[in-house]
Amino acid sequence: MAARGGSAELLIEGVGKRFGDVVALDHVSLSVAQGELLTILGPSGSGKTTLLKVVAGFETPDGGTVKVGGTDISALPPARRDIGMVFQNYALFPHLSVKANVAFPLEMRNVAKPETERRVAEALAMVELAGYEARLPKQLSGGQQQRVALARAIVFNPRLLLLDEPFGALDRKLRETMQLEVRRLQRRLGLTTIFITHDQEEALVLSDRIAVMNKGTIQQIATTTEIYERPANDFVADFVGESNIFHGTMSAPGAVTLDGGRTLVVRSDRQAGAKVGVLMRPERFASGGTNQFAGEVIESVYLGTSFKLRLACEGGLELLVRQPARGALPAAGAKVAVGIDPEAIHVF
Amino acid sequence: MRSLHASRLLLIGFCALVYFFLMLPLLVVFPISLSSAPYMQFPPPGFSWQWYERYLDDPQWIDSTWRSLYIGGATAILALALGVPLAFSLVRGRFFGRIVVDRAALAPIIVPHIIFAVAVYGLFAKLKLIGTWYGLVIGHTVLALPFVVLVITAGLRDFDRSLEQAAEGLGASRWQTLRKITLPLLRPSLVSAGLLAFISSFDEVVVALFLAGANMTLPKKMFDNIMMEIDPTIASVSVIQILLVSVVLVLIGRFGRGLKDSAR
Repeated sequence: MAARGGSAELLIEGVGKRFGDVVALDHVSLSVAQGELLTILGPSGSGKTTLLKVVAGFETPDGGTVKVGGTDISALPPARRDIGMVFQNYALFPHLSVKANVAFPLEMRNVAKPETERRVAEALAMVELAGYEARLPKQLSGGQQQRVALARAIVFNPRLLLLDEPFGALDRKLRETMQLEVRRLQRRLGLTTIFITHDQEEALVLSDRIAVMNKGTIQQIATTTEIYERPANDFVADFVGESNIFHGTMSAPGAVTLDGGRTLVVRSDRQAGAKVGVLMRPERFASGGTNQFAGEVIESVYLGTSFKLRLACEGGLELLVRQPARGALPAAGAKVAVGIDPEAIHVF
Repeated sequence: MRSLHASRLLLIGFCALVYFFLMLPLLVVFPISLSSAPYMQFPPPGFSWQWYERYLDDPQWIDSTWRSLYIGGATAILALALGVPLAFSLVRGRFFGRIVVDRAALAPIIVPHIIFAVAVYGLFAKLKLIGTWYGLVIGHTVLALPFVVLVITAGLRDFDRSLEQAAEGLGASRWQTLRKITLPLLRPSLVSAGLLAFISSFDEVVVALFLAGANMTLPKKMFDNIMMEIDPTIASVSVIQILLVSVVLVLIGRFGRGLKDSAR
């Protein structure tokens, strides 16, 4: 599971955490390469925030180790971990000016005054907030507050940057701007970064790799395309993107018989008799294709660039299909035929 | 519409009545303090500053005023020094018997002052603390402690602890976090708690009667004055005391955290 290029900067090994009867983290291991942005994606209660707190030092794990740059930091207090973190609510110090907020980590490190001045100015310029030094956090908009939090988290050149759902409170447009900006900054500074979110779209936009978490375990760690195209299990397939998931048995090499009886031609080297899951992404359907489905529209939605159709097909199959928006939107009850090639079907 | 109007008038009338009732003593005290008559008489026959002059010219009155001020100040400082750490442990600690300590911290409000005063008198007589100003500070601190604990625990319960985590994550030690983040953000609560502790001591008479001895505080001096000779000096002293406490209350409103914010 080692990341592409570069050594593992952050290494988490066998970390577990229980809260009473609840297992928040179940022997979680993962590694993040130098300069990589890894997203931990999962629903609320999946353990992603607990994992982040363990890395930051705010939560003591029941077992396992956290290493940064080869050094075990498990026993260090948060103050000595050298990790920059952007909190969900930004956690800006309300009684301190923007400048004092950003200078705070430098002050704690006894950095000399002129050096502090220079680095604060540099960090604020980086997040395009030069000129806002004297403002108090409450005098800033949500997006600006977030930039200050980001500047404060990077101003002391931390070994690691942690982002805990930082875009949740922003409106859609601002969120997209901030996502790109964070990505640009992270690349430019070569910061090893862990980003926490429950928003799969956000994860796909930002990440080098994604770790999908559920119920305290990592379901899959892979690149964004891998996660989307070749999910490891039902949970990942369902959580990331829109999907048609079916279950069946390999009836022959390259053929799956679904539990409803329908047989699909697929590309898979799984042995005959194996129980498998089948994933077909809605946008991979076309008019032609090896596997043909004829069905009746039960629901249709116009989405501007595409139509989203829900089809009831023979054999009790229900399919979610996206088609380029061309011509009239098929009405409910209309007969529609779609097809999908074996290459577009993922078997897991 | 008509019934709404009537009920609104009723409400205004009721509020005016309550307000009048609260203000009535002031409406009597203020004129009397400016009276030209040699004894208590209402309404006063004429205007004069004589009772204020008598207060200012009498070293006993001035001494007792200063004594009340510094005893109140020392009580506020001591009550904060004890109450703030206690509030922290009550809100953030997870120790056995926390609930018991939490309730016990409010006991001085529940126990009648006279009972407390008699008990402390017995103890302090043995310790030779009767008549010392610091003995009275200790007694008043016990009475002021619940106010400090109530106000500070309310402030701490509303405190956003992610700010402390952020500070520690950015490299601050526990001590630096407390000094740079927690206490500055708690300042409104600290101001309210300290000023309330001051007022509770400044106005207190029962414990002072027992413990003060010859070193009279302002309320005790007023009490003695009423017992011995009744002249309008007492009215002018009241006015001065009311003004002082009003100033403190205005300070709480301006710089402190109002009790209405901390009520939960």
